Amino acid sequence: MSTDAPAAPAQTTPPPVAKKSRKPAGTLYRGREGMWSWVAHRITGVLTFFFLFAHVLDTALVRVSPESYDKVIDTYKNPFVNLMEIGLVGAVLFHALNGLRIIAIDFWSKGPRLQRQMLWTIVTVWVVVMVPGAFFMFKHSFELIFGSK
Amino acid sequence: MSMHSPIPPVIEAPRSAPGRPRRSRTNTELYAWLFMRISGVILVVLVLGHLFIMNILDGGVQRINWAFVAGRWASPFWQVWDLLMLWLAMIHGTNGLRTIINDYTRKDGTRVALKGLLYTATTITIALGTLVIFTFDPTLN
Repeated sequence: MSTDAPAAPAQTTPPPVAKKSRKPAGTLYRGREGMWSWVAHRITGVLTFFFLFAHVLDTALVRVSPESYDKVIDTYKNPFVNLMEIGLVGAVLFHALNGLRIIAIDFWSKGPRLQRQMLWTIVTVWVVVMVPGAFFMFKHSFELIFGSK
Repeated sequence: MSMHSPIPPVIEAPRSAPGRPRRSRTNTELYAWLFMRISGVILVVLVLGHLFIMNILDGGVQRINWAFVAGRWASPFWQVWDLLMLWLAMIHGTNGLRTIINDYTRKDGTRVALKGLLYTATTITIALGTLVIFTFDPTLN
């Protein structure tokens, strides 16, 4: 067998080297806003899902008797539970807004590039909705605690 | 002017835990991924509308009692709203928790047990909620 087979073409041009960047490619979900919004999405999702089980059960009492339903629903009107409801609404609202951001990242061509700006946009929307939302949700409890009702 | 990097990004395949089958002959995960997005958009309207009506509008939770629910479920519109919300939210949440179980369980036994518990709880809750919406009697009072 001949050994003078044509040699493989010498590599004259070096393989392209990525320009030295502090931020490697594919870091949408690694660190900073991308990662922490993902963590918050999981936590708010699990929280909402566990509440959903309890909520279907308490609503099922409408089938038992008006008295038993009203008794359990009165729990929701307690000022301390009312605070937790505001927390739940805040969690659901974040999950909803961030879910829309995820859809934009997945389906909109500019989505991955604008993911950080979109996060701060939804955080702003969240604050703008939650401030009056929390006010109206807690209004009755506030009046109850400070005695004007 | 293009903002795109000239180098295609190299991203490691997610959820590639050792010892777990990575290839499947079906597109189940693709459909689950798509379902999360479609149901998510619908749930944004259904759930945020529900929260606004029940917690903020017109006195919020303070005005809710059995008669309030009876008045709402006398209308097929709110029955369909709540039924759709129940099914979509339960399946959306179950699939979310399924993903989380797949991500964090290390033993096959733990994974199977947690998923079994999850699917049992989901089936019972959807069945109970559906039964309540369909068999509710607004004249019970």
